[in-house]
Amino acid sequence: MLLYIVRRILFMIPTLAAISILSFAIIQLPPGDFLTSYAAQLSQEGDLVDEAELEALAQRYGLGQPVYVQYWKWIKGIATKGDWGQSMEWQKPVAELIWERLALTVVLSMSALLVSWFIAIPIGVYSATNQYSILDYSMTAFSFIGLGVPGFLLALIVLYLAHSQLDMNVGGLFSEEYMLAPWSWAKIMDMLAHIWVPMLIVAISSTAGNIRITRANLLDELNKPYVETARAKGVKETKLIWKYPVRVAMNPFFSTVGWSLASLISGTTLVAMVLSLQTTGPMLLRSLTAQDMYLAGTFLFMLSTLTIIGTLISDVLLAIVDPRIRLEQ
Amino acid sequence: MPDRQPAQPIMEQTGNGHASAPVDTDEVLLEIKDLKTHFFLDQGVVHALEGVDFTVNRGQTIGLVGESGCGKSVTARSILSIVPSPGRIVQGEILFHRAPTADRPGETVDMAQLNPKGSLARSIRGGDISMVFQEPMTSLSPVHTIGAQIIEAISLHRDCSQEEATEITVEMLRRVNLPQPEGVLKRYPHELSGGMRQRVMIAMALSCQPSLLIADEPTTALDVTTQAQILTLMQELQKEFGMAIIFITHDLGVIAQMVDYVVVMYLGEVVEMADVNSIFYAPKHPYTRSLLHSIPKLGRKSVAGLTSRLTAIHGVVPDPYSIPKGCPYHPRCHDAVRGVCDTDNPTLHTLPGNHKVRCVLYDD
Repeated sequence: MLLYIVRRILFMIPTLAAISILSFAIIQLPPGDFLTSYAAQLSQEGDLVDEAELEALAQRYGLGQPVYVQYWKWIKGIATKGDWGQSMEWQKPVAELIWERLALTVVLSMSALLVSWFIAIPIGVYSATNQYSILDYSMTAFSFIGLGVPGFLLALIVLYLAHSQLDMNVGGLFSEEYMLAPWSWAKIMDMLAHIWVPMLIVAISSTAGNIRITRANLLDELNKPYVETARAKGVKETKLIWKYPVRVAMNPFFSTVGWSLASLISGTTLVAMVLSLQTTGPMLLRSLTAQDMYLAGTFLFMLSTLTIIGTLISDVLLAIVDPRIRLEQ
Repeated sequence: MPDRQPAQPIMEQTGNGHASAPVDTDEVLLEIKDLKTHFFLDQGVVHALEGVDFTVNRGQTIGLVGESGCGKSVTARSILSIVPSPGRIVQGEILFHRAPTADRPGETVDMAQLNPKGSLARSIRGGDISMVFQEPMTSLSPVHTIGAQIIEAISLHRDCSQEEATEITVEMLRRVNLPQPEGVLKRYPHELSGGMRQRVMIAMALSCQPSLLIADEPTTALDVTTQAQILTLMQELQKEFGMAIIFITHDLGVIAQMVDYVVVMYLGEVVEMADVNSIFYAPKHPYTRSLLHSIPKLGRKSVAGLTSRLTAIHGVVPDPYSIPKGCPYHPRCHDAVRGVCDTDNPTLHTLPGNHKVRCVLYDD
């Protein structure tokens, strides 16, 4: 097992290199660069474009040089100094910009993920074991609605209702006074008071899907002979369901954990924009439209790294929970 | 109820147990009376069992024979009260005479009346009556070790610690001739062959020393060599543990080798029952005769006497939603009497030698 993991990690290095080159190249593909859009923006606003200033910026970021030189400069900085480059739009180092947002995003997405599973699994199990009962039908109806309503629409509805009915502002993750304040105990408490609304909105849309998956997987397992064997042994019905078929039906969950790792960063973009959350999604989108290449590059690089790590985690988890999967050849 | 106190001593066995006291085979263990199990489907009601009667004595081996879909497996599941939904026992009695143990006297339990999920039903299931299934490949949980699955059965029914349960498990695995039982304990089902898995199933079924073992086509999915080994093993274990066996199969060869008494079923009814010799040498019911005729034999000519093609029973088992009126077998029967067989279903006649048959040909 250990050998397998080490081998997989070694294989990750060339994959990551390839992906980073690719993502950097893709950012450069559209015509123009950050300076062009910067200049366009300035002239649109009626400001004078200072050619000398543009020249200085171009010099600093090596914009005139070929793509591979730019890439090499960037990747060398990451590997040697942990320097992810400079965000041109924010005029700050990338590293300084993203970590706080990344942490917030992970907290939000992870809690949404956990909440969604904790709701979805018991409901899915109930639906499958009481197939075609009234509750099963209502849960099915609920999940189809949940699947059909996009998260951002739900966010808009909640935003509107909270504002018009309760006169509450549910947007954002912090109250105004804490928005720019340094981290403190009070700020954390303030965040906890705000985070549950976006968390529920994010959780609900995935809960619906997870209920359907749990129900379908479990229905497949319920009629397997090993369930009957357990029943013939005299195992208590509730224990039997959770110990045998549910256990097997959960395997697909483990194999998809990996994908959710990447969607932790980019998955909630629309909801985050509607609710103006300071998460990574909106920042990633903005960096792409503004051709803020180091920031965008960093995000893409992280996304792909997380996807690869997530796949590895999935594979390892699956091998642990399902003995039929063998890692050694 | 307490008037039925089995005479023989309680089967008490430790891990290293050997043969228990001889079993009184005249004593009744299980009585099935007019058992009806129906399946309530959207398309209609399937009468899987339409009045099944038979009796199993202690230590006896009963063979349940019939074509696919005649209700053999449903009978087995009714006895254990694990009839899958939407099936239900709608009528009849399944009287199980439970042997006394140290902390309770013997008792008679009607499995048909019990709540299938209740604690009494569960303590009989796996404890007093256990079952070996047809599909060894899928009958064990793929994600639990062999040891965990057998130990679970033991801990459910026997009052013992985890270590004792492990010991009994190892001993049972040794008894079913699995090499390196301690190693098998930690293995997962997919690491074993089909024959080994069926041995594990047998070990698990016998781990709580049931007085009745139901074997639902235990060798159908195995190759002939393994089949023979498993059958021999079951015979040995029966001698040693003294349990009764209900052997469900459509393989008459297996019946001839294994059982004392044969119950022939057709479309949810018992059509004939007798001891094994009477069934093979003096079959009465036309269905039984056709079944015996359809056994391939080297050098035997067909009914027509010309070719050596396999003799099959004419026709197919009717659609379960439209059971023919009268005797359900009459559309396929060579001896059917028009005007009689297609109007009334005959009752079970008792012939000399406790040979029972459901056919008008034997009307008085």
